[in-house]
Amino acid sequence: MNERLGDLADPSKFQGPLDISGLETSDLIHQLRKMVVIRKSEEKIADKIIDGAIQCPCHLAIGQEAVATAVASCLRKTDRVFGAHRSHSHFLAINEDIDSLFAEVLGKYDGCSHGMGGSMHIIDAKNGFLGSVPIVGATIPIATGAGLAAKLDKKGDIAVSYFGDGACEEGSFHESLNFASAHNLPVLFVCENNLFSSHLHIDLRQPSNTVARFAQAHNIDHQVVDGNDVAALSKALQTAVKHIRETSRPFFLEAITYRWRGHVGPSEDTDVGVKRTHDLVEWKKRDPIARLFHSLKDANAFTDADFEILKKDTDQKIKAAWEKAELADFPKEQFLLDVVYS
Amino acid sequence: MEKKTTYAQGILEAFEYLLGNHPEFFVIGQGLWSPWYVGSTMKDLDIKFGKERVIDCPISELATTGATVGAAICGYKPMIVHPRVDFMLLAVDQIVTQAAKWRHMFGGNAQAPATFRAIINRGGEQGAQHSQSLHSWFAHIPGLRVVMPYTAKDARDLMISSVLCNDPVMFMDDRWLYEKEEILGDIELIDLRTVKPQRIHEGSDVTIVGASYASMLCEQASDELREKQGITADFFDLRVLNPLNLDEIIESVTKTGRLVVADGDWSTCGIAGEVIAAVAEKMSFSQWKSNPVRITLPDAPAPTSKNLEAAYYLKKEQIISAVINSVK
Repeated sequence: MNERLGDLADPSKFQGPLDISGLETSDLIHQLRKMVVIRKSEEKIADKIIDGAIQCPCHLAIGQEAVATAVASCLRKTDRVFGAHRSHSHFLAINEDIDSLFAEVLGKYDGCSHGMGGSMHIIDAKNGFLGSVPIVGATIPIATGAGLAAKLDKKGDIAVSYFGDGACEEGSFHESLNFASAHNLPVLFVCENNLFSSHLHIDLRQPSNTVARFAQAHNIDHQVVDGNDVAALSKALQTAVKHIRETSRPFFLEAITYRWRGHVGPSEDTDVGVKRTHDLVEWKKRDPIARLFHSLKDANAFTDADFEILKKDTDQKIKAAWEKAELADFPKEQFLLDVVYS
Repeated sequence: MEKKTTYAQGILEAFEYLLGNHPEFFVIGQGLWSPWYVGSTMKDLDIKFGKERVIDCPISELATTGATVGAAICGYKPMIVHPRVDFMLLAVDQIVTQAAKWRHMFGGNAQAPATFRAIINRGGEQGAQHSQSLHSWFAHIPGLRVVMPYTAKDARDLMISSVLCNDPVMFMDDRWLYEKEEILGDIELIDLRTVKPQRIHEGSDVTIVGASYASMLCEQASDELREKQGITADFFDLRVLNPLNLDEIIESVTKTGRLVVADGDWSTCGIAGEVIAAVAEKMSFSQWKSNPVRITLPDAPAPTSKNLEAAYYLKKEQIISAVINSVK
């Protein structure tokens, strides 16, 4: 097997509007709004890292917003979603809780993890986002177990495991796919293949630049899509999630995308890895937000003025959330020992 | 006469209780449908309670342990069985870095109450990679409770306590104890958070501390010391290695002035040294009548040959002579 991604990995392709036919306009507008919230929240976080206000390591998903919003639009609150190190987008796509994300990255008690987790340990359990952790590949078996729990619960809920192309090089990934397939577990595996693991391009790490081959090896239905195309993602995911709920079989989605910032922190990291400087310019033209906006505009569903209002409203929300987070208290010292055990 | 129950039967009874009374409990692990892996401790559970809740699984320690943690996060009280400690090490990330930290790193907004049952299975010329215990490694980790039953009653009741506890628990049973018999009485439901070391013998000349199989040797040594030497020992079985509650042991040593700790694992950074250090911190120099002693494995991997095995593992005679030396 010598499969390659072809055009999907070529950033000069897929820069135009999306095929939104057959999709609910209201859902797409909702996703556009969420993507703007994610983009602007992360830009705020990037600025505040540069300012020195944020100290904890933050892995930004700017440029990758579409995957998170498309997944979230197919889920219900009783589903169980697990993220990884780059999960602000996954978290915000679930419930847009900017307040608790900002407080968390500042280590404040008002944060989603009461300031104990920072950017890399975020949670919104009541809305189904059951946690993100930065150990690469660690939440893949955990999400698989959440799928086992969902299967035992017999209510048609599913588990979602987000990870990147780098995690596909971990043993936990292969063990989990094997287990989920052999035991018919309702798990949606979502690989955001952004072609890089920290500094190293996938071509320097794997014999192929597409990871869906691993799903095939484990007899799991799979699809490879443009991860910067909300419409393509939504179509694939609506079918996939329905299939998982009905059959209790896993599904593997490989979404090809690209992060505009570096592995960690606000810089664009154009000095590491291969071909990044040139590719980044091109990938920014495959912007999931701009492409969706132009598609909606072409369909007369969203105007320039609507888009301006959306951006302005989001800016205001973000400004208010940041001010609130800055004023919030840190956890009390006793809290250090209070939450070690039940 | 009341019926005696073995340690292994005690574990089986705990499983039957949990599967019969707690729908949120299930158990997964390699070999659960085969007595070859888990001895008689899980006999016919899959037939009685169904293969959906007694799950045999692929040879994937990491994924199945992680899946147990994931199910625990989702409201279950599941257990993963590792028929040997050595193979469980492939899953250490899930135990140490995920489950043990889950509550804390999410600020108390989540929990991962999984039980990791690790079977210590050594001797019989099994060699270096089929003989480890490593309980002190795990006892080093805040957030991970470590339970090592010595008595058959504890094997049964503390296994139930471990599963029902809202924290992740490393529950380690030792196959060398499986035939140990006791009259058990009814199941006692105990909140694991309240469990502390148990004083098994009361005495005044020396304090002896053990855990798991080492406690059996300590008890035999203590019996023999009393009968043959007239030396009486305050003998404690640790039961829970983390979090460690040594209050009564410290109180005991302040009276006896002598402390012998036996541990079936290596010495460096081990539980025996931890007990001695924690006691020493609370004692004045004048309270010691002799130096504290730890009896542990030699600093070598487990050997294979019979003669080396005989030299390697703890013996009650080591404990007896350590006590006699410290008393004289």
